This record gives sequence, structure tokens and C-alpha cells, in this order.
Amino acid sequence: MQFNFNSTEPIYRQVADQIEEAIFTRTFAEGEQIPSTTEVSKEFHINPATVLKGMNILVDAQLIEKRRGVGMFVIAGAQARVVEKRRNQFYDDYVKKLVSEARKLHLTQAELSSLIERGFSEQ
Amino acid sequence: MSIQIQAIQQVFHKHVVLDNLNLTIEPNKIYGLLGRNGAGKSTLLNIISNRIQPTSGRVEIDGESVHDNDRALGKLFLMSEVDLYSERSKVAQLFKLTAQFYGDFDFDYAARLAKAFGLDTNARFGKLSTGYRSIFKLILALCVPVNYVFLDEPVLGLDANHRDLFYQELIETYSERPRTFVISTHLIEEIANLIEHVFVLDNHHIVVNGEVSDILAKAYLISGPQTDVQQYTDGLNVIGEDHLGSITAEYVYGALDNNRPIPDTVQIEHLDLQKLFVSLTNTKEASGNHEH
Repeated sequence: MQFNFNSTEPIYRQVADQIEEAIFTRTFAEGEQIPSTTEVSKEFHINPATVLKGMNILVDAQLIEKRRGVGMFVIAGAQARVVEKRRNQFYDDYVKKLVSEARKLHLTQAELSSLIERGFSEQ
Repeated sequence: MSIQIQAIQQVFHKHVVLDNLNLTIEPNKIYGLLGRNGAGKSTLLNIISNRIQPTSGRVEIDGESVHDNDRALGKLFLMSEVDLYSERSKVAQLFKLTAQFYGDFDFDYAARLAKAFGLDTNARFGKLSTGYRSIFKLILALCVPVNYVFLDEPVLGLDANHRDLFYQELIETYSERPRTFVISTHLIEEIANLIEHVFVLDNHHIVVNGEVSDILAKAYLISGPQTDVQQYTDGLNVIGEDHLGSITAEYVYGALDNNRPIPDTVQIEHLDLQKLFVSLTNTKEASGNHEH
């Protein structure tokens, strides 16, 4: 797990985002145990209450579940749930920004479309 | 269950060090006590632990005054920069002495910590370097059976590896046996995410007292061309500014005006704890606009 903290977002939110990313990339596979609150807390010097707050966001989103006395586990179907969520956010997170920047650069819609086609053909 | 600091006034030679200070320290939380050199942090910690008598006001632990009250004082431990230990005593003897005063001591944990930090428990206290004196005192602080631990400059003289180890051990022991830690330090970045609640002492007063996440949520860095930034921040609680060429950055502590449109040229970000601290306690800035 890699944490890149910045100051613009609350730390608990960043903890949730980083674990979600690890579920998305299958670094934390479904059914597997994820690091404990104390482990994350120790590794990154974050208050355990803050880490727990971040993990609880993922519990509420049904990505991880607590097994009493054992720890937190990735729920079956969690990866697909993250994909679904990101697809729903794709327009707001990426397309809006792309079009806004293209406008500032006076790129036409046709030029932008051809750039997107190029992106698909080159990758 | 808490420590109540009530109307503490401290005057040394007609010089006011602490002015009508009120604080509550709750159980099982990690606090940061921040302040510039000479702000009165150590004085406050010494008053809480009855090492000095305040000019007026009182400190209570769980409803009992700490003044000359061994039972109340047995509930707290202050690790300070000052060396209270005999130079000739061996580390292991000082562990036993501490156990006698506090009635108990986690000798197993102390041995594990001494090994992890490479502290020779047969060494005489007087022979320890600055860093190892700090390590010795940290071990005492983590192994005494108290519910309130005050750490005044806990990592003084510790190298980066030992500081890292200390923060890890602090979290480990806190997770196993939750209790209150109040950490006073100048290394703000190292503890910014570790503490849950922060007190900032400046100009004899507490100028910040709140949950770190709440405090940072209302601390902003607003940057862009000077006129646009100033227009946006007009009337807000601006606590500092920086200039880089024609770019201006203003630091705002408090609510923004949600009805005010944000110009395209202006960027809004959050401040980190260290930047907020520096801005709030910068003597160049006019005082009196701090939020209480």
C-alpha cells in the first residue's frame, strides 16, 4: 500500500481513498484481510481514530466488513462496486475538466474527438 | 474523568506568562500542545504536574486538586527536558525508583523498548547522551501506569530512525491501552496526523483549541493575482500572506463567504497544521484577529 498524503483533503478521507484504490487494483483482493487500524496507524503515524473513521466510510460503502476479533476483510463484489462508482463519476471527474481545458486552449470539439481517438489507438 | 485547568494565571517578576488560561484534557485522546519558544508550554505543563505553583487558578484531575496531592499526581506523568534523575544512578535502578512512586511499572515493556532503542540499562544516567536521556525518559513515560502522560519535547536529540520508532511505539501502546498523551513539540509535521486535538499557546493565551480535522477544515490558502485574491478575501479573517512575484497567497482562518463567486484566477486550498501554526503565531502579524 502506498500513501501519498496532501493537505487539501482530510486525512480520514485520504485513508478511505487509498484503500479503495488498492481494492480497485486488486492489491487487496476480495475475501482477503486488509491491514488493521493499528498497522496503518503505526506505519503512517496517523491517529487510530482517524484511520478508523476512514475505514468506516468503506464499511458503509459495503467494500469491507469487520469480522469480530479478526479484522477487516474485502467483501465479495467490492471491486465491481468500485468500478461502478468510478464509471458514474467519470463524467464529473474527467470529462468536464477535459472539455473546460480544451475550451481554454481553443480546441474544437472535432479536434478534441480526434485526440481521444488518437489516445485509444496509441494505448 | 478529565483534567480541568481553571483560570490559571502565572506571573514571574511582574511578567505575565499565562493569562487566565482554561483548558479541559479528556481521557484517551492524543493532544498536541504547540507554541513558539517562550510561549509558556513548559510552564503550563509544570503547573499541571504541581512542579510549580500558579499565581492563581487551579488544576483538577478527576475532580481533585493536584496541589500537594500525591494521589492525584499519581495519575499523571510529566516527561520534561529537565533532568530530575541522579547522574550516578543506573537506568535499571531508575526504573525501580519510578515503580516505587507509581506503585507499578511495566518492566517487560521497558526491557523491550530499551532493546529496540539500544539503551544499555546498566549505564549510569549521567553517562547518557542527550538523545539517550530522551529515550530513557520516553521509556519511563510509556511504562508508568498512569492515565495522563505529558511529553515535553519528547524527541529532543533523537535521530530520524528513533523518532520513527517512538511514534510507532506510541501508537502501539495507545492502541493496546488507550490513555491520554499531551505532546509538546516543535516538530509539527511529524505529529500533525498523530494528534486528534490541538492547543496552540501564543502571547500568553490559548489561540487554538479544537479537533485537528475541524481546525484544518477552516484553514485556507487562497492564491492568485493580488487584486483578485484581496477582493475575494475582503472581510475574511486573513492571518497572513506571502508574495511571489505578482502572485499573492493569503492565509484565511475561519469560514469563507459561500455567496461570493470564486474568480477563475484564484485557487483555494487547505493549509496544513504547520503552516497554520506559523501564520497564527507570527509576531509580524497584527494580533487580535485570532479566532478563539
